[in-house]
Amino acid sequence: MKVSVQEADFDLGQEVKALSQDPKVGAVASFIGVVREVPMTLEHYAGMTEREIGKIVEEARLRWQVMDCTVIHRFGELRPTEQIVLVAVASAHRGDAFAACEFIMDYLKTRAPFWKKEARPEGARWVEARSSDDQAAQRWTIKRAEGKS
Amino acid sequence: MKVKVLFFAALREQLGNPGEEIELPADVTSVAGLRSHLKSRGGAYEKAFSEKTLVRTAVNQDMVSATARIKPGDEIAFFPPVTGG
Repeated sequence: MKVSVQEADFDLGQEVKALSQDPKVGAVASFIGVVREVPMTLEHYAGMTEREIGKIVEEARLRWQVMDCTVIHRFGELRPTEQIVLVAVASAHRGDAFAACEFIMDYLKTRAPFWKKEARPEGARWVEARSSDDQAAQRWTIKRAEGKS
Repeated sequence: MKVKVLFFAALREQLGNPGEEIELPADVTSVAGLRSHLKSRGGAYEKAFSEKTLVRTAVNQDMVSATARIKPGDEIAFFPPVTGG
């Protein structure tokens, strides 16, 4: 399991390759978030971000067969088309890999202490949290409750 | 007691303060108490810690609710809802 909060860019090929070394791995699902349209600065709470992402990964491991996992989140100044975040999950089969990857991403968006400040032509502005992100994270709670009954 | 308080993102800018060590009165023992204490400073603090503003809290880097207790030496962070990813 690798969690990294860094200014530097990352290479998807290299990260996926690192997750595919175990011959028991049959699937690697990955997601990359990219800066869209507006340049931005990402602020974070150093220490807590790594800790919070670590907790989300542990939660995913309780729910699905996660053989290995890499989460990289960048901070600092980022321009449109630059990569912001990577979540990659290795499992024996695709079902677990897809689900765990989406779960980690949904929770990261609502729990990891990062804040985006967009540099808009009319002035800099902090991005407001979206209720649709909360709903995306919430649906996993409902799913788990259904699974238990 | 003495605690360390941190402010992030829009909150840090509104207050013009990234954080500080503060000595709290004896009756401040919870996150809610600390919020009222900060609010009583007036000005930007009164606005930032009004009931209408969504402010999240972490104690020693764990998210907590307003009822959470605080103790000497704690690191208490206040910040807006997160927007990473």
